[in-house]
Amino acid sequence: MTHRIWYKPSRALLTAIALIFFVVSGARAELLIRITEGADSAIPVAVVPFAESGQMPAGDKVGSIVQADLTMTGEFRTLPPEKMLSLPSRREEVYFRDWRLLGQRYVLVGALTRSGDRVQARYELFDVNREERILGETAAAPASNMCSLAHHISDKVYEAITGVPGAFSTKLAYVTLDTANGKPRYRLQVSDVDGKRARIRLESQEPILSPAWSPDGEKLAYVSFETGKPVIFVHELATGKRSKVADFPGLNSAPAWSDDGRSLLMTLSKDGNAEIYRMNLDNRQLTKLTSHWAIDTEPTYDASGEGIFFTSDRSGGPQIYHMETPGAEPRRITFGSRYNARPRPDNDGEYVYYVHQRDRAFHIARTELKTGEESILTRTESDESPSVAPNGRMLIYATRQNGTNVLTVISADGGAAYSLPASEGDVRDPAWGPLVR
Amino acid sequence: MNFSAQSKAFALLLSVGLVAGCSSTGGTSEEGGEYGSDVAAVDQEGGSTVYGGDDQDGVSSSAMTEEERMAAREQAEQQALREVTTFYFDFDTAEIKQEARDVLVAHARFLANNPGQNVRIEGHADERGTKEYNLALGERRANAVQRFLIVNGASRGQLETVSYGEEKPAVMGSSESAWAQNRRVELVFE
Repeated sequence: MTHRIWYKPSRALLTAIALIFFVVSGARAELLIRITEGADSAIPVAVVPFAESGQMPAGDKVGSIVQADLTMTGEFRTLPPEKMLSLPSRREEVYFRDWRLLGQRYVLVGALTRSGDRVQARYELFDVNREERILGETAAAPASNMCSLAHHISDKVYEAITGVPGAFSTKLAYVTLDTANGKPRYRLQVSDVDGKRARIRLESQEPILSPAWSPDGEKLAYVSFETGKPVIFVHELATGKRSKVADFPGLNSAPAWSDDGRSLLMTLSKDGNAEIYRMNLDNRQLTKLTSHWAIDTEPTYDASGEGIFFTSDRSGGPQIYHMETPGAEPRRITFGSRYNARPRPDNDGEYVYYVHQRDRAFHIARTELKTGEESILTRTESDESPSVAPNGRMLIYATRQNGTNVLTVISADGGAAYSLPASEGDVRDPAWGPLVR
Repeated sequence: MNFSAQSKAFALLLSVGLVAGCSSTGGTSEEGGEYGSDVAAVDQEGGSTVYGGDDQDGVSSSAMTEEERMAAREQAEQQALREVTTFYFDFDTAEIKQEARDVLVAHARFLANNPGQNVRIEGHADERGTKEYNLALGERRANAVQRFLIVNGASRGQLETVSYGEEKPAVMGSSESAWAQNRRVELVFE
């Protein structure tokens, strides 16, 4: 892996050099994955190690990455290869009776072929009970990118079994804080959903928070204190180009993208109080969407892309509100406790997820929008920053474990799945990236 | 005490709702430097004042009128109050505590008497709850202190507010005591 450090000679950076930060691109500090538990209803799947012809790159095998992907969702239970009675790589070699005997519902087989710089995968998924092939495809990737090939196969397998696209090829953005050398180092990083292939996108001695993915997955908006106060930046990931989009007096915070990627919701307090605005990114024009003496913040579009969820303490404490259309009279959504904040919708309009205080603990909870029914999803007690996977099946959030901040991924109904502690320092503020086709 | 300033302060406190109880720590502002000569008596090592008892400076004391002595005592008291530059808050509130009032009035008067002096008002929250809400809460706390200082004589141009939310705790840890020390506003004299 290469380590590259480069400086953007932009005006924004010249200001910031005085504050000692740099934009960094390179591989670093991976998250360690720790699978906590699987659901009882996990579906048994056998991922047979793929046959190989030609020189394969060193590192994790495609089959074992697929197996790890499926396992970490908590929705599947995979069969260890040493328990398999045979290692088929194509249909003719699959004896369904053997797999039934082993209690398997599905079997994935495949083969990898090296040709030049690329590796081609041919893979097939079988329903053991129906003795049917339900998926058969080929895919190819550069030999240097076996992870992406494996995650792609995982996505297809996941979709074939559940009917919902897999999110294994998506990215996570998060912020790590390393205070080891006395000076705090905040690092905005982007990694695969299993915490691997992490790359630092921004490093600063001042806080970075609230990363938000553009719908095309090409940009991140976030809040950085690098100039001494909270300012919203938009950062193009491919080029590292950054622009300061909101630097008004007071707060510039809580950015959230519109579906078309052309505007940002944000919280500004330029008129003295935290209110929600929409900024058109083409002309930087602002529209004020709330006007209340209370704190209004943490806006996000709902599943329809029209309405807006946000946090307001207009009732006396923070609660979740919904505006049918931007600027419409808000309707209160949460009533279950005196502290409910930071809403995140699922993608089909069924639920809204948020941080919920119960007694002295802060959990992640969700409310079913149709019925108003609330359920608490986590047993951890210092939970923050829920972010829903783009396929709606999982949720990542930040919590504390043994005195450090870690990220935890759970299934959307609360079954614990896996945690991602940073290999060094704290990790916080996760944002699950979009599905990118 | 200045009655009009006090009554204004009282009115403001009513408007933000008042709670009792306060703890405070020593000042963290950069002493010396830009202060006027009237605070040269601050002991730079210990941060304690050397104003005080009548026997401190017998010769000039005897030459002082009663009024002058009162003024000196008053000045010493004000000086001592201004040693405190951190103010604490209850969970999810921005209500200035009763015990913070006199200290903030002293800071406001000092600012009124020293128009060239600027101060940055930094608002903070504890780690509980959400980051963005805490950012707004820290700002609300900083704004409450800013309004209090203005009502008591500071001018807006001297005051700058910034909220760090839960991002810059004074004390690490997840205990009641750490949280209590992190829900704060700090005055930073520049």
